[in-house]
Amino acid sequence: MSAQERIGTKRLVVGAHYGTIDFIAQRVTAIIMAVYTLVLFFGFLFTPDMNFEGWRHLFTFTCIGLPVGQLLATLAFFSVAWHAWIGVRDIWMDYIHSAGLRLFLQVLTILWLVGAVVYFAKILWSL
Amino acid sequence: MSDSASKPRPQFRNISVPQILSYRLPLAGKTSILHRISGALLFLCLPLVILPLFALSVTSPESYASIQAWASNPLLKLVLLAIIWGYLHHFCAGIRYLVLDLHIGMDKISAQKSAGVVLGVSLALTVVFGLKLFGAW
Repeated sequence: MSAQERIGTKRLVVGAHYGTIDFIAQRVTAIIMAVYTLVLFFGFLFTPDMNFEGWRHLFTFTCIGLPVGQLLATLAFFSVAWHAWIGVRDIWMDYIHSAGLRLFLQVLTILWLVGAVVYFAKILWSL
Repeated sequence: MSDSASKPRPQFRNISVPQILSYRLPLAGKTSILHRISGALLFLCLPLVILPLFALSVTSPESYASIQAWASNPLLKLVLLAIIWGYLHHFCAGIRYLVLDLHIGMDKISAQKSAGVVLGVSLALTVVFGLKLFGAW
């Protein structure tokens, strides 16, 4: 970077957000997934005679007529996709130095994850 | 971002694979690279293994029961074991990072200890779930 691109003597203008949103999103989505994991785990533990019906109920239970089980699973899965996007994008940014190849892999990553979200939604909401 | 352009930093980009393998990483370094590897593994397996398995488990009593037969294939058992370890390691290491973010256990000794705990606990839990998977009870 040449001296003309700096503001004042120190600050270098290189972008807008410096990754703050990604940093926070990675942690918030992690907490959501960890909490949902524990919800499923204790739901599993405290279901007497765990079988197909009990397992399915963890994802399909309703509360005052609302599909709470499906909603929780969907929200948790959005966290999975967002979290995975940031993580995998970081892997490409660290190891792939060719900008063209990196863009290609990032596009593939997005397609992969959007596909996973749609696949999951289809399984879950056809129950 | 201040001073980021003040002096050129040395870059080492020509490290070869044998060199990487002969690195003696500290425990925290091992936990860190395994966090990345387990994350990548889960990312790849998500639509290929995890979601099809989830579909079988919730669709019908017959498909639920078919998982048993499906998982009796030794190769698939191995894949499942890898996914279980990946999930547990990523979970435990992730909680360690969240705690470190709160500036708890930042000094060298405790960071080294917590890294060891993460590696140990996730492996121990993998053994427990693995025994269940291989039908120990």
